Amino acid sequence: MAFVQDAPKDSFRLGMLIYDTRYRAITIQVIVLTLFLLFLSWLVNNTIENLAAKDRSFDFGFLWQRAGYDINQTLISYTNDSTHFRAALVGLLNTLLAATVGCIVATILGVLVGVLRLSKNWLVGRMMTVYVEVLRNVPVLLWILLTMTILSETTPAPSDFRVTEAMIAAGEAPKATMMLWDTVAITNRGMNVPAPLVEHGLPRLELLGMSVNSNVLAFLVVLGGSLWVNSRIRGHARRVQEATGVRPVTWWKSLAVIVLPTVALLMALGFHLDIPTLTRFNFKGGTEILHSFTALTLALALYTSAFIAEIVRAGIMAISRGQSEAAFALGLRPGRTMSLVILPQALRVIIPPLISQYLNLTKNTSLAIAVSYMDLRGTLGGITLNQTGKELECMLLMMAIYLTLSLIISSVMNAFNRAVALKER
Amino acid sequence: MTSVIPFVRNEMLPEKEPPLRERGVVHWMRQNLFSGPLNTVLTLLGLAVLLWVASHVLPWLMHSVWNASSLTECRDIITQRFGEGATGACWAMVKERWHQYLYGFYPMDLYWRPNLAFVLMFVAIAPVLYTSLPRKMLWFTAIYPALTFWLLWGGSVWTPVVAMLGFVILALIFRALVGKLGVPVSAGIGVVVAALWWMFAQGPVSDALQAAIPLSITTVDSDQFGGFLLSIVIGVTAISASLPMGILLALGRKSDMLIVRTLSVGFIEFIRGVPLITLLFTASLLLQYFLPPGSNFDIILRVIILVTLFAAAYIAEVIRGGLAALPRGQYEAADALGLDYWQAQRLIIMPQALKISIPGIVSSFIGLFKDTTLVAFVGLQDPLKGITTIVRADINWKGIYWEPYIFAGAIFFIICFGMSRYSMWLERKLKTDHR
Repeated sequence: MAFVQDAPKDSFRLGMLIYDTRYRAITIQVIVLTLFLLFLSWLVNNTIENLAAKDRSFDFGFLWQRAGYDINQTLISYTNDSTHFRAALVGLLNTLLAATVGCIVATILGVLVGVLRLSKNWLVGRMMTVYVEVLRNVPVLLWILLTMTILSETTPAPSDFRVTEAMIAAGEAPKATMMLWDTVAITNRGMNVPAPLVEHGLPRLELLGMSVNSNVLAFLVVLGGSLWVNSRIRGHARRVQEATGVRPVTWWKSLAVIVLPTVALLMALGFHLDIPTLTRFNFKGGTEILHSFTALTLALALYTSAFIAEIVRAGIMAISRGQSEAAFALGLRPGRTMSLVILPQALRVIIPPLISQYLNLTKNTSLAIAVSYMDLRGTLGGITLNQTGKELECMLLMMAIYLTLSLIISSVMNAFNRAVALKER
Repeated sequence: MTSVIPFVRNEMLPEKEPPLRERGVVHWMRQNLFSGPLNTVLTLLGLAVLLWVASHVLPWLMHSVWNASSLTECRDIITQRFGEGATGACWAMVKERWHQYLYGFYPMDLYWRPNLAFVLMFVAIAPVLYTSLPRKMLWFTAIYPALTFWLLWGGSVWTPVVAMLGFVILALIFRALVGKLGVPVSAGIGVVVAALWWMFAQGPVSDALQAAIPLSITTVDSDQFGGFLLSIVIGVTAISASLPMGILLALGRKSDMLIVRTLSVGFIEFIRGVPLITLLFTASLLLQYFLPPGSNFDIILRVIILVTLFAAAYIAEVIRGGLAALPRGQYEAADALGLDYWQAQRLIIMPQALKISIPGIVSSFIGLFKDTTLVAFVGLQDPLKGITTIVRADINWKGIYWEPYIFAGAIFFIICFGMSRYSMWLERKLKTDHR
């Protein structure tokens, strides 16, 4: 008669930490963690010793000192009496401005080029191929530098716009003239464009310790309200269409709801454009858009648009031909096939790589250094760093900000991606 | 009654040519350029753009000047030849300064050294790319980094030789221990011993050898490097060093071990979240804080280390994509065969995953190569900004802007475009599915 015995119990031996795969994972992790902590403490220790040797401290108090330098493009109020923190904030906003404008322009151009590259038109297809290959195979730094050089070296000086009595008498034209019905002047110093102004504006609001322009706020509130009402109108039209099969005509309602309140508000505020005019040395009035901003944004947008074009093309090509054939068989016109069948599916392929292109563009705005645009690196990582000598603090803070920015963009875009992704089971 | 014989043709008629509008150039144009109102408009618009560009670029190119000593002289020649107001390209600048664009301030009589290193690079890469070549050539690939270092920077031959000995020690220790202790532990011990060798034995041993058998060539300092030489040195070193690192990071990110995974994810996301420029500034400003007091090493080496870390994070993500694309069955099959983790990776997983990730790896390399121009901001002479700034600062060439950018841009374009085409070809060649 046989007795079933329990499996022999292994007693734990020290060697099993290495030879037994059950325990080896733990051993390796402990070793890795120890090495990592040792490495980290080595770095921190070195840093402390180096700081002590240079007689420096590690603190962020300098952020609240007077900055003492001017910034040539400020989205929020800033003078050289403001703090370094405020300067960094101005820089961050400049970074965000360049990134936002760049992303929008790049997306528009990229989608256009990507779709055109697939067009049946041989000539246009080839031209778009050249556009994509030339733009993406050359460093973005070249595009930034070239745009900047062209903008600042081939454009006329402000004095070239002057029309003197002698010239009128001789019937000569000035060397340069303003564009778009005499409202935009491109000089070698910058681009002067009309600025929106209000005659009798609302007082500024103090919100959460920040001064807010209540005119802009009122405009945004009215516009948002109009858009909300418009979405209700469209929703109602959709319900009627689903119930009866006939879609009520809504375009004039939408137009009225969106346009009328906004125009009324602008009229009430006394809205007008401040057109730049030539004074003794330079153009006054309007807004001056710096060439550094234009060069950076335009070059980044062109460069990124080539990548976006490829993404869009790949996304559309990934949708099998059967889909468009099925749509044609149902009697949909090419335009509706594109918007109702192809694009919604292509979007799922397009969005993930698009996110990383937006991230790349945002990170590439740090190339502002090439054209002296005062972005985050120009303020916090540039002048502030040089003035205070706080290399460690400035660089770490700057990295942390860029990292946060990247994480925010990718999480927002990923949420959007999840919203449009195919819902399966 | 006469029978009516119906007409029956018993030979084939010769084929007729299709009508004129259905063949030849006319048909092609109708089909591809003017197939509808929208297409016609697009074609006309395209033609207008092409004409506009050609009308500006062609005269400028036709009026090129190759022999002049300054921009003013160039312009004078153009005015003289083609009349008042004519514009033209001044390639004389390129003719005078091309060597700076290629080599920076590398001593002219030593140009053969980077040239030789560049040619040997293809010999070293060949056995990696073409499996049909004899495997013995991989030995040359292994010693190539040390050889190139010696050729480019010069100095005593014993410095790179002793540094390579460190790798030999690593390999010997790994081979001796791997049977008993497994891959990670024996590799770890090997790395530690090799690091000790580099830290403590490197200097004395190479000095002693140099004293015994003096063998050295002219030293070239790092600040003499520049132009495409610098770009290629940084790009090629960083990409080849980042490939193994990227593989390890990708494996770490997919690992079951919590701590290893967390560290890998943290590293990858940190590097990918910050711009390369901040890492370059770290190399030039912050490393002096992080390293032991008094240690100060070459700026090019510092930049290469940071660029390698940067590239490794991106390569890791590319390879992770390749790993994710492998069907689960491959992992299970490897387990079923009784292979351990590293055997499975080496024999089954990695060959397939790397093949899938080749396009991604090449495009990372193209991106990295383009990004080497950013070293201009830490004071190195990259071909785009560094050298062009120097050229434009020269009183003779002040005010020139199209030509230097076109020249440098064209070289970048040829290299990057060539690599992307090569990767497409490789992708088609390696494709084994029967679609």
